[in-house]
Amino acid sequence: MKVKIYTKLKESVLDPQGQAVTGGLRNLGFNTIKSVRIGKVIDIELDDMQESEAQTLIKKMCEQLLANTVIEDYSFTFEIDGK
Amino acid sequence: MYGVVVFPGSNCDHDCYHVIKHVTKIPVQFIWHKQDSIDKNIKTIILPGGFSYGDYLRAGAIAQFSPVIKAIKKFADSGGLVIGICNGFQILCEAHILPGVLMRNKGLKFICKNIYVRVENNKLPFSKGYSEHQVITLPIAHADGNYYADVETIAGLEKNNQIVFRYCSPNGEISGQYNPNGSMGNIAAITNRDGNVLGMMPHPERCAEELLGNTDGRRIFESVLI
Repeated sequence: MKVKIYTKLKESVLDPQGQAVTGGLRNLGFNTIKSVRIGKVIDIELDDMQESEAQTLIKKMCEQLLANTVIEDYSFTFEIDGK
Repeated sequence: MYGVVVFPGSNCDHDCYHVIKHVTKIPVQFIWHKQDSIDKNIKTIILPGGFSYGDYLRAGAIAQFSPVIKAIKKFADSGGLVIGICNGFQILCEAHILPGVLMRNKGLKFICKNIYVRVENNKLPFSKGYSEHQVITLPIAHADGNYYADVETIAGLEKNNQIVFRYCSPNGEISGQYNPNGSMGNIAAITNRDGNVLGMMPHPERCAEELLGNTDGRRIFESVLI
């Protein structure tokens, strides 16, 4: 089964990369941009298992390594049969 | 005796080893990151600078799971001295041995230059050799030195005198214009609650010899002997 994990800086944390990209987009003429914040997507392929078991595992992975919960939030979605 | 930990990607390990062995003349040995125990003669461990695991995912994120980290936690819990320099500081934060996190520099650039720091706590094993509020020159070389922690954690650090160095002007003034990376409260170095684990972004091992024109960093390594 496949999982898509998203990590993002918490809203209260400054994102200078996002700000730099905002400036870059505006320089390209995209003047309707209000703000940009940048996160990460991590694709994981797991052995097939019950979704509830996978949820527990993925949560552990996020808490222990994939996200630094001091400054990042995470969320994830499962892809079952290519959906 | 000192131990200098080597992770895949560490690159300041030899500079640290050189300063300890040839400048301070204290016995020292390397500790490979896969070791799960520390030689009992080692009293101080250095986690040196560099790019452990290529800074993949986040600086220090993967190194926190090297076998040696468990041994370092035990070592620190029993009062052993630990000095994390630059990537070493990042690793100590990711491993939750020190609070907070080092984020991307506010200006987004890798900064490589000499800066001034003020000694905020000179009562620690690492800072005893400095006078109160002494201003010293140390080089920094990092892209992720922006220290961040939540409001309660910062308040706790202030209250318990855990802030060791702050970025400052040449005469010790703490203000935003002398902060190279946006770190909260101009924090350049902190210690844990017990005062035996130091994390610092600047590189004292690069300013410990007359030959290099600045010896302000040497006292950190020698302080542990006082």
